[in-house]
Amino acid sequence: MVEETLSAEEPTAAELKETLKVEDLHVYFHTAAGAVKAVNGVSFSLKSGERFGLVGESGSGKSTIALSLLRLIKPPGKIEGGHVFLNGTDLVTLTEEQMRRKRLDEIALVAQGAMNSLNPVRRIRDQFILAYKDHDIDVKRSGLEERIGDLLTRVGLNREVANMFPHELSGGMKQRVCIALAISLSPSVIIADEPTSALDVVVQWQVMDTLRSVQEDLGASVILIGHDMGLMAQFVDRLGVMYAGKLVEIATVRDMFGDPLHPYGQMLIASLPSLESRKARLEGIPGITPSLLNPPSGCPFHTRCPKVMDHCSSVTPILQEVRPDHWVACHLYEEA
Amino acid sequence: MPALIEAKNVTKIFGGGLLDKSRTVALKDFSFQIDSDNPSVTSIVGESGSGKTTLARMLLGLAAPTEGEVLYNGKNLEKLGGSDRRQFLRDVQVIFQDPFEVYNPFYRIDHVLETPIKNFKLADTEKGRRDLMIESLEAVGIRPEEILGRFPHELSGGQRQRIMVARALLLRPKLIIADEPVSMVDASLRATILGSLLRLNREFGISLIYITHDLTTAFQVSEDIMVLYRGSLAEAGDVDQVVRHPEHPYTRLLVGSIPLPDPDLPWEGERAIGRPAGELGVQGDEYCQFHDRCPYAMPMCVQTHPPLFHTHPNRVTSCYLYRESPELPMPQMTSIFKSSNREGPPEETEQLDALDAELEVSQENSSTPTSADD
Repeated sequence: MVEETLSAEEPTAAELKETLKVEDLHVYFHTAAGAVKAVNGVSFSLKSGERFGLVGESGSGKSTIALSLLRLIKPPGKIEGGHVFLNGTDLVTLTEEQMRRKRLDEIALVAQGAMNSLNPVRRIRDQFILAYKDHDIDVKRSGLEERIGDLLTRVGLNREVANMFPHELSGGMKQRVCIALAISLSPSVIIADEPTSALDVVVQWQVMDTLRSVQEDLGASVILIGHDMGLMAQFVDRLGVMYAGKLVEIATVRDMFGDPLHPYGQMLIASLPSLESRKARLEGIPGITPSLLNPPSGCPFHTRCPKVMDHCSSVTPILQEVRPDHWVACHLYEEA
Repeated sequence: MPALIEAKNVTKIFGGGLLDKSRTVALKDFSFQIDSDNPSVTSIVGESGSGKTTLARMLLGLAAPTEGEVLYNGKNLEKLGGSDRRQFLRDVQVIFQDPFEVYNPFYRIDHVLETPIKNFKLADTEKGRRDLMIESLEAVGIRPEEILGRFPHELSGGQRQRIMVARALLLRPKLIIADEPVSMVDASLRATILGSLLRLNREFGISLIYITHDLTTAFQVSEDIMVLYRGSLAEAGDVDQVVRHPEHPYTRLLVGSIPLPDPDLPWEGERAIGRPAGELGVQGDEYCQFHDRCPYAMPMCVQTHPPLFHTHPNRVTSCYLYRESPELPMPQMTSIFKSSNREGPPEETEQLDALDAELEVSQENSSTPTSADD
């Protein structure tokens, strides 16, 4: 059963084309102890060419969203309800075969561990060819070598990398290969799930710079998933904050860092270390993330919230646009 | 009085002889010392392959240097006798990166705290043991009744890492070496763990060596910093100066590459990946390790390894751009550290007041965790 927390209307400016639209998505993992509500009523949308970030602690459901958008959730996980419209088609209703064709072609994933997602016994070229074969693109065509070379150059690698095996590449190079693979069929949405969390900071910049340039070339939208607020501040246009399976705040990156509204968003921003001043408080967020098996009633953050009110534990706040382009799910901002 | 622990011109080489291709110089001619009188907080920062963990392992006696020696109270660590060795194992504690792997899943949390108490005979009675455990858990902001009797899988990564801090504190060591203690912990919990480490420094006079790849947290917790690049010291000194006004081109690159949590601040990195090998005619292995990525590389950079130039009273830089400054021999490097030049404990900062407030809050607010919390 999908619980009836009616999410509000779409948090976007209507004049721009929406590439992706997620409506009231529910993803549960069915365990012996009961259903773990990993994603519990999430709605957001993505404009064409936009970079959107999803942040949250581990277990907040952000990676589950990434996999759900690609329909890669495996049992015991299941999409229990909601819609994912990609260029007008609801992915949730597609057959497995229809969905397989959408992947890479329209929506692609750059996963977290680059080193694990490449086949270790295949040359880089073969990994591209496999992808093409899967999408019925004639792999014998003479232009193929050219095309793979172009893709590799586009992500800042030499054409010769096509002849190499994954173990001959560094972590940063492998992640670039993964980006090249992801863009090989010019998708309109690229999902990057912590694409740099295993990389050093200098290499991280290079990989993100590459991602940004190919995304701008293609005019694709990007969903960047992660917990590094610095990376979000520097990369995305708009940011959504996840907490315990729900989106609690969506705002432009400037509003989010300059004027966060949700108490969780405020504490998250306040706990960021900076290079400005050593006097900054070494402040964490007290308490622990609630169990998704038995999420707290009402607002999921009420157990840790410094501004908790009486009805927070009973009434679930709805994500509402309280300022232009700034959405928040908190009773503090509801009109009396 | 000899230093508590001292690395004297240590070099660590992995792999075979000179002609072996797999020969890797993990750390080269490095000297460093920690005093016993002045509790200090020193960061060692570097990327993968910089030699930071190799250095930690040598300071802990887990790896022997290929050249040079590590001294504990003036005695070679490899040749410590029975009672000295025992004292060393008590004086120098370590906190590792992974808070999941250090626990034996079959034992309750109590076990990890009882073992050092038994091994070092810290308490004679059952009650004494319990009091010691409770005292050190409370010092790191954990409510003992919430975790004692539980199994490791029932706790979050942040709690487990703080229990490691509590375990180290039980032994009242003189030095704690923390190797990436927060890199596997959620961002929101990092501050709390680093805070509990800082507290041990301020309240119990324990020196800290904080090893990390994260310049931001290093800046937040330490007084002095050493930046390593491919086994050599690039730059060292007062953390405020090094991070805010980096000198070595590598440190500048590192600082510039950090994505700062403010969309209006610039984010600059290095687009070109190295210059073609041999462009500057490298011969032998006496060269600046950064020359092939350095925008300022000069012929002299590949002829001899740049010595440390004493550019400011509290900092040194191993780069020929600063060759006008006097040289400082490597073994004297630590003398520039603020901690070596002051009497008594470090100044009280607002950080600690904030921390105290926060620890109180977390004592009040933390609810009982469940196994599904992460």
